[in-house]
Amino acid sequence: MTLRACFIGLLVLLSQTGYAAIDTYEFRDELTRERFQALSAELRCPKCQNQNIADSNSPIAKDLRDELFRMLDSGASDTAIVDFMVTRYGEFVLYRPRVSSQTYVLWYAPVGLLIIGVAVVIALTRRKKTTGKSAEKEGLSAQEQQRLDALLKQDQDKDA
Amino acid sequence: MRRILVLLPLLIFVGLAIFLWRGIGQDTTTIPSPLLGKPVPEFSLTSLYDENQMMSSADFTGPALINVWATWCPTCKQEHSQLNRIARDEGVTIYGINYKDDRIKAQEWLDKYLDPYAKNVFDPNGRLGLDLGVYGAPETYLIDAQGIIRYKHIGEVNERVWQTLKAKMQALEGGA
Repeated sequence: MTLRACFIGLLVLLSQTGYAAIDTYEFRDELTRERFQALSAELRCPKCQNQNIADSNSPIAKDLRDELFRMLDSGASDTAIVDFMVTRYGEFVLYRPRVSSQTYVLWYAPVGLLIIGVAVVIALTRRKKTTGKSAEKEGLSAQEQQRLDALLKQDQDKDA
Repeated sequence: MRRILVLLPLLIFVGLAIFLWRGIGQDTTTIPSPLLGKPVPEFSLTSLYDENQMMSSADFTGPALINVWATWCPTCKQEHSQLNRIARDEGVTIYGINYKDDRIKAQEWLDKYLDPYAKNVFDPNGRLGLDLGVYGAPETYLIDAQGIIRYKHIGEVNERVWQTLKAKMQALEGGA
């Protein structure tokens, strides 16, 4: 019972992933609010680098949130907003970096490593299979089988 | 061939270790500015000294330093005497951007601690700061004779930083 209570307590604690900074923005509609939340979660605060601008309470994050709201309110597209931020603060502000020659490694290395891993696993299993088969094929020759039987018999005789 | 394959994991590990080891202790708080090589953003703001006098990016004629400062910023106070010295002894033009500050407080500060700035823009909402990619005052920009941003320093301008800035300025003059 207490264990269950502990689990429930833990769940409640872990589910608290709400945003730290609270602003009072009046959104035009629900979609704009969702876009604001998505963008502010994906833009990185330049000052406090391990937080997005939604989470951070630093003045610059507040400024960027205000600017984000202003741009959304004036009907700017997501790409226009991201471009705006990047021209001022660099690619750095993007938690999800864009695909460019600089980020190819970042984007494609995991896929590449996965392919290499799969290839290695396939190669290894294949080799095992072929060696297993050849052992079966080779097996024991008639002479060897005779000798094995003789040895086993010898052992039994000893025990008896 | 087989020997190389056996060694491959070790080689990958060593490569990765060297790569990660090089990252240790590196300054991650300074982000490279995308504005390097670009002109100072257009703006239309008042002068800190006179609220009726409008200023624009044309007011910043290089080669010069542009210093983003505020009275609420402790590091700005730390570097202020160094800026005074650079402006007075080395004859460097320094323009100020008074960033998200109070006009009266800023004027009083300059009366009290002397004024190293040739001109001062009053940017109470941080609009110009945002366009410049300012994220932590003080920040200091180096502009060349064409008004192109050539270098950006985030944090205090101390003697060591000034030597770097000076070298960059001299290089600009030599190149131009």
